Amino acid sequence: MKNRISALLLGTALAFATAGLALAQDKTVKIGALSDQSGLYSDLGGPGSTLAAQMAVEDSGLLAKGWKIDVISGDHQNKPDIGSTIARQWFDVDKVDIIVDVPNSGVALAVNNVVKEKNGVYINSGAATSDLTNAQCTPNTVHWTYDTYMLAHSTGQALVKSGGDTWFFLTADYAFGAALERDTTAVITANGGKVLGSVKHPLNTSDFSSFLLQAQSSKAKIIGLANAGGDTTNSIKQAAEFGIVSGGQKLAALLLFLTDVKALGLDVAQGLNFTETFYWDMNDQTRTFAKRFGERSKNHAMPSMVQAGVYAGLRHYFKALEALGGNPHDGVKVVEKMKSIPTEDDLFGKGEIQPNGRAIHPAYLFEVKKPSESKGPWDFYKLVATVPADQAFTPLSESKCALLKK
Amino acid sequence: MQALYAQLLVGLINGSFYALLSLGLAVIFGMLNIINFAHGALYMMGAFCAYFLLNIAGINYWWALLIAPIVVGIFGMILERTMLQWLSGLDHVYGLLLTFGIALIIQGIFQNYFGSSGLPYQIPDALRGGINLGFMFLPIYRGWVVVFSLVICLATWFLIEKTQLGAYLRAATENPTLVRAFGINVPRMITLTYGLGVGLAALAGVLSAPINQVRPLMGADLIIVVFAVVVIGGMGSIMGSIITGFALGVIEGLTKYFYPEASNTVVFVLMVLVLLVKPTGLTGRAA
Repeated sequence: MKNRISALLLGTALAFATAGLALAQDKTVKIGALSDQSGLYSDLGGPGSTLAAQMAVEDSGLLAKGWKIDVISGDHQNKPDIGSTIARQWFDVDKVDIIVDVPNSGVALAVNNVVKEKNGVYINSGAATSDLTNAQCTPNTVHWTYDTYMLAHSTGQALVKSGGDTWFFLTADYAFGAALERDTTAVITANGGKVLGSVKHPLNTSDFSSFLLQAQSSKAKIIGLANAGGDTTNSIKQAAEFGIVSGGQKLAALLLFLTDVKALGLDVAQGLNFTETFYWDMNDQTRTFAKRFGERSKNHAMPSMVQAGVYAGLRHYFKALEALGGNPHDGVKVVEKMKSIPTEDDLFGKGEIQPNGRAIHPAYLFEVKKPSESKGPWDFYKLVATVPADQAFTPLSESKCALLKK
Repeated sequence: MQALYAQLLVGLINGSFYALLSLGLAVIFGMLNIINFAHGALYMMGAFCAYFLLNIAGINYWWALLIAPIVVGIFGMILERTMLQWLSGLDHVYGLLLTFGIALIIQGIFQNYFGSSGLPYQIPDALRGGINLGFMFLPIYRGWVVVFSLVICLATWFLIEKTQLGAYLRAATENPTLVRAFGINVPRMITLTYGLGVGLAALAGVLSAPINQVRPLMGADLIIVVFAVVVIGGMGSIMGSIITGFALGVIEGLTKYFYPEASNTVVFVLMVLVLLVKPTGLTGRAA
């Protein structure tokens, strides 16, 4: 009995000692890249995001300074329940400090709650919903790359101002589609336009002809595609087939990724306007990064903006850890530090993380090149306009984030 | 009302894919007694085959319609010879598990090499453009798909139900020992039948390549619906699966118009209803 008590005491003492040590100078970090590894979003995030995370670790220089940083990856299969189960297990069993990427807004919002509950860090790059830094913001979350507000304002505004004042939406029937339609509708009505109707289609639909016919008969000038990935490429391809563009209606691909343009081919995609915050061929720094990325990625693909966001977000996270002098394993503390340091990196340029967790940087309105203008296998975009960082995202005065009401 | 006509026509177009795929499944189930879960993967291989023929060998769409089903059909026959033939006489579950595993392996390999977002395949020049029917704009290619698949479906039905060869086939499934006694090579006939069913899947794949993205999971998304079609039509019934394929395409099309949110579940609701009322399917005979 006596032995057992002393053993217990010794154990407790040891536990406290190591915990104290951890607070002071623990230099271990475990990163979980949670993504769609095999479904419709796996090309724009997926294994490429894991690669981006590894590159961020290597480029941070922390390994040489004695840090031990691991990257693990998981497949959420676009299912919120699976995503949150993996996140929970990562925090409880695998002692993960930070979750990155997480495309699919439905999964992203589910994981958002888990990260807050476990006091981890969450740098979301893949998901679009602006709710992550609005109604559902948490002190543990940084939303890096883009969101529905930014897409709606940049692409939506540009199209309404150039005369596209009547709209019809093809909307993916889940959190992301609803958010994108809502945010774009707000922009359209604010600029004097009108939404004539919308149709909600299930995620991962292969045939859009019924929906396109409804859009066609609405006589709207703009058909807004509030969907993503394979759903967007299929709707664009089939819209061409049904003579929608040649009939005088215009397509607005509100969210289009580099990989989607690649999949469509320039023949079909040419002339589309859309917004991204990163394109590999912007300047020397992005080209250098893209070249290094392409040497290691599957099929030598160039990085998508989501993958670039994983890289840049993690680099900023490492800066915060270095400033803290170690990993405190305390999500709120690390994110606070991240918000206090201005962001600056090769891929997204200068910016900051706002108090609601929104990372802001410039957004770019692009147009897809004609096949004759393209000089290489990944030469797809020409820049139309740049939206400055402070105008691209939700103004803090309009944000409903509870963190702002302190 | 005009919009309704348009939706009916669009439904018919989708129905022709369902019909072609469920026809292949029905042929395989009727003759080999195997529930071929690899069907979606083989359909996908047909589309990829068309892509490779065009982009590597420069062979156009029309030849792909012929070559891809043959190539994938041969692949199917190899599968049958090396694996599926050992399952004859065993419970259906074995065939289901084996073909499901094969499907996962094939899809995994394609996904590893080609990613998930797919590859572009253009509509052949001769079938570009469309006709204005007054109530809708009908792309010529879609019209072609309906007509062509209807012809293929009827030809297959004729082959199996009305010719000498078809009679041998049907006899061989009823009583293989007796048919063998007449000097007919039954195992070879079964292999060819599997090849035919697989070829039909590959043909549907080529037809769909210009409409949908050519991507590794294109078949996986479709195959579950097609199975529902086969179940509703009656397992193994050739004409049943053709008619149900077209009919369900139309019903799905109408759902997309009246209540789009339910468009990917309506087929399964129908399946449940049919099974409750007539467990052998609409045209199936009692086992």
